[in-house]
Amino acid sequence: MRRLTQHALFWPALTLLLLLVASSVFNPSFLSLAWRDGHLFGSVIDILNRAAPLMVVSLGMTLVIAVRGLDISVGAVVAIAAAVAALMIGGNFNASGEVASKYPLWLALGAALAIAAACGLWNGLLVVKAGMQPIVATLILMVAGRGIAQLLTGGQIITVYYTPFFKLGNGFLLGLPVALWIAALLFAALHLLLSRTALGLFIRSIGGNPEAARVAGVRSSAITLCVYTFCGFAAGIAGLIISSNVKSADANNAGQLLELDAILAVTLGGTALTGGRFTLAGTVLGALIIQTLTSMIYSLGVPPEVNLVVKAALVFAVMLLQSPEFRALITGLARRGAAPP
Amino acid sequence: MISRRLLPLTITIALFIAMAAFGAIRYDGFLSPQVFLNLLIDNAFLCVVAIGMTFVILTGGIDLSVGAVIALTTMIAASLLDAGWNPYAAMAFVLVFGALFGALQGFLIQRFNLAPFIVTLAGMFLARGCCYLISTESIPINDSTFAVIAQARIPVGFGASLTIGAVIALVVVAVAMRIAHSTEFGRTVYAIGGGESSARLMGLSVARTKIGVYLLSGLFAALGGIVMTFYMLSGYSLHAVGLELDAIAAVVIGGTLLAGGVGYIAGTLFGVLILGIIQTLLAFDGNLSSWWTKIVVGALLLLFCLLQRLFEGHTRKKT
Amino acid sequence: MSTVEPEIVLRARDIARAFPGVQALAGVELSLRAGEVHALMGQNGAGKSTLIKVLTGVYSPDAGTIELSGKIISPESPIHAQELGLSAVHQESHLLPNLSVAENICAGRYPRRPWTRGGGIDWRETHKRARELLAGLGIDLDVTQLAGGLPAALQQLATVARAVATDARVLILDEPTSSLDADEVQALFALIRRLRDKGVAILFVTHFLDQVYEICDRMTVLRNGKFVGEYPCAKLDARGLVAAMVGREVANAERTVTQAPADAVAKPPVLAAKDLSRRGHLKPMDIELRAGEVLGLAGLLGSGRTELARLLFALDERDSGEISIDGQVADLRGPADALELGLGFCPEDRKHSGIVAELSVRENIALALQARMGLRKFLKFSEQCALAEKLVAALGVKTASIETPIGQLSGGNQQKAIIARWLATHPRVLILDEPTRGIDVAAKQELMREVLALAQGGTAVLFISAEIEEVVRVSDRIMVLRDRSKAGELPRGSDEDAVYAMIASNSAA
Repeated sequence: MRRLTQHALFWPALTLLLLLVASSVFNPSFLSLAWRDGHLFGSVIDILNRAAPLMVVSLGMTLVIAVRGLDISVGAVVAIAAAVAALMIGGNFNASGEVASKYPLWLALGAALAIAAACGLWNGLLVVKAGMQPIVATLILMVAGRGIAQLLTGGQIITVYYTPFFKLGNGFLLGLPVALWIAALLFAALHLLLSRTALGLFIRSIGGNPEAARVAGVRSSAITLCVYTFCGFAAGIAGLIISSNVKSADANNAGQLLELDAILAVTLGGTALTGGRFTLAGTVLGALIIQTLTSMIYSLGVPPEVNLVVKAALVFAVMLLQSPEFRALITGLARRGAAPP
Repeated sequence: MISRRLLPLTITIALFIAMAAFGAIRYDGFLSPQVFLNLLIDNAFLCVVAIGMTFVILTGGIDLSVGAVIALTTMIAASLLDAGWNPYAAMAFVLVFGALFGALQGFLIQRFNLAPFIVTLAGMFLARGCCYLISTESIPINDSTFAVIAQARIPVGFGASLTIGAVIALVVVAVAMRIAHSTEFGRTVYAIGGGESSARLMGLSVARTKIGVYLLSGLFAALGGIVMTFYMLSGYSLHAVGLELDAIAAVVIGGTLLAGGVGYIAGTLFGVLILGIIQTLLAFDGNLSSWWTKIVVGALLLLFCLLQRLFEGHTRKKT
Repeated sequence: MSTVEPEIVLRARDIARAFPGVQALAGVELSLRAGEVHALMGQNGAGKSTLIKVLTGVYSPDAGTIELSGKIISPESPIHAQELGLSAVHQESHLLPNLSVAENICAGRYPRRPWTRGGGIDWRETHKRARELLAGLGIDLDVTQLAGGLPAALQQLATVARAVATDARVLILDEPTSSLDADEVQALFALIRRLRDKGVAILFVTHFLDQVYEICDRMTVLRNGKFVGEYPCAKLDARGLVAAMVGREVANAERTVTQAPADAVAKPPVLAAKDLSRRGHLKPMDIELRAGEVLGLAGLLGSGRTELARLLFALDERDSGEISIDGQVADLRGPADALELGLGFCPEDRKHSGIVAELSVRENIALALQARMGLRKFLKFSEQCALAEKLVAALGVKTASIETPIGQLSGGNQQKAIIARWLATHPRVLILDEPTRGIDVAAKQELMREVLALAQGGTAVLFISAEIEEVVRVSDRIMVLRDRSKAGELPRGSDEDAVYAMIASNSAA
């Protein structure tokens, strides 16, 4: 039992389970699945689909946090990627009345992802080469990035009419949402990369003690750069999913507050904000917790904005539980309660 | 030596003057006293909040909750007035509330050694969420006292005038300069930024001061909220979204080191004025869209952060 | 000497303090007289820091009493202790670099202006007080300048000045000289003597034996948290002192290596550097290392030992110089390049740049080898285990398991594990910067044996230690550094005196 509770994924998994149970109590049809229009249908599928962009961003954020970093620009990068893709696809009715993409779809998606990765690289350069604190370095892109996205779209919401693009955020593959497949694929690829190569060891050593890792010959700068670039890339994927889902790009609101949700998902999953220890699976659970909570609040008919208060309570709870001082206080109180002097 | 200490501040002021000169040459009517006073009037709440943020950043911390606290204070103030409270009692209430909110965050940061970033992030969620709990709609303020204060103009000569909000901002700047320079609390703020463990070994009251700066930041955010209600005459959950970023930007552009320990209140005032003048320049131009503000602010942030790295590199080499 | 003993200012009797699992102090006695400098001696873990923390109110003692001028006191915090007249300069006490010297001295007790003149801190009075205090201690400083701009020695003096600003009767100095060079130590000693002559009782904690004999009148020795004895410095020589600290007689010299000098000289150097320099750290110097030899690097603190090592391993950027491996000029741009070329480096600061505390012993050992193999070739878990098991056994690392986080090991075992990390890469050149620092005598002996075995296996070893006796014992050649440049070289078999002579002869120049 003790070993179970000490497993890194125990608490996030338990939280998610409790939330699912609570949801199905409030809404008896919550767990039911149906096969409709050639794919699975139900609240759970809906949650998985909606959580996909957050999962993707959070996976990137996990690695950044693992190397003692932070990327608060992901929301702005989402907006940039969405804007680039929407502008390049657009969609005009051609002579025969069909909707065509301005540029080939692959080129548009590739360009959006490349620009997103370049944003990540920029953050990484500021952190590694200029030696800025991560929160400051990424603050710059967080502020300027949204401006750039608005500049690209001219402050307008760019609507996309080209239907193949909608697959990303609305389509289904083998009965499951395409977005979920993308998130799963990314997770699997990362997991393989971290467990089958030395990358995991390097990242943990950089996060654990950056100076020691450097002295041991780990190419910390290169790895940190890659991690930030990947985080930008992941934000780009999320941007594509999100804009595909709403069939438009809104530079003002796409990815708004996403950085905070991503950090929250990473923290809820059990990754230490101080770097070193990290868990990808925990992050996925964290993202699911956030989305389940949101869906539950919606289904309860409470104004969705209340979500923020609940999230705040969650963050307070998780960070207090992670704090050694708080644990010492609690165990101290418990001991005093158990054995009166 | 002195000049080196004042160099970042000098750069900030020089930048402001350069931008003002640019505007004066480029656009007719830019060089009028009222244009410059409007910088302060339009950004009075930002100024008040940024001053509070300066203390937090000087200790090496950060407060992301200020924007949300402003929104919450406008909401509380508006609904209290709606419920028929005396306007001054309502103001006093939100000030106490803001101070307590900040102190609570400070307590969590200090007592449980939590990252200021994450605590104040949660505080931001909480404050914003509480706004929605009060109402998702904007609450208009019809109180006559507030209306009078909002309308009031204080002539300062040359046909120019200031609002009460701007005067409050100036008073806050003066008080904050005094606190930073001549009180034990202010000096301990700098000491913590210079090295928290050393400050503790020196026997300085680190714990109290750390809680104190977040209290101050919460208090000033609430005061900023009051100033904003004078400006907007409403309480709304979506007031001051992202204001914390503007405040941080103003502090950094004002020459305060984000690592803590170095910076001046006067610098923050000029940081706010620079943010204001960017918008004014764009408004005078007329052809440039508002998002250029964000891009320019981002570029300035980059510039000042790089400058800071340069200074840090210098001092480290010297020791 | 004098027949009238000065009064005892501070007397601690029968002090005991336990931590979970450790009896840190038991039955410890200490008495300090007015106007004396009293050394507190003991190996690492002897209980020196715990005793200081008990005296200054950081910890409360489980048993025993502390008397200040005959009155029993129980300090509750460092501030309280200071108010009672008991000030301490801790090892980690530093000035705040962003504040002026005067502020650093007066922080927390600023003079205030009366309300009639506006209240607040009276800066003119602050500066005057600081200037007077420093002048009274014979320190000439501009009190308005930022402390961060001062050289390390002046910062240390100002730290001491702050500690005595409250009219301390007892001053505790914990390793105040560890980051000072010889001249700077003298400046500090001048200050200590001045304070002593004013009647302050000074407790001086250091691990430099020569400094003890230079400045101290009496000493108290602790071992394993127990009181060993109190001796006048004149009555106990260095050998006796070490015996008291260690608990047994220490064999002197005669331990020198019995290894053949080898025909090493004939072979080309594995590692050679020409004209290596870095501004403010190292003046241009040459160095050569041959396979199978131990080159000792001797010199006082601040002589450039660590700086040289860091430049060789490309941890710092060099301003000039060429490093060649096997006669080939190497393009060393960072530690990763150095590792690739077969260099290894055990840093001096184990905690800060050696171990990754939360990773297991296995991962810490595998780290450098894996870094050299790069991302694509992955040491499988089983391979890592085999490697770690082998090295842990070979070096005698005491650990519960190779999966134990390395942070839980004792200092000596962490050090061995870090050496194991480098042995795993089969380095051709291994740089050991202070490998024996902070580990006990027995572990030191083992480590030195390990160094010799390594060299016998053909590795070129650069051995750096502050303890010249150690350098002399293991080295085939000794390179002496002074003032960030090379003072000269000594052959195998030279004794400590020769090394000191070389350091001294050059300093005359």
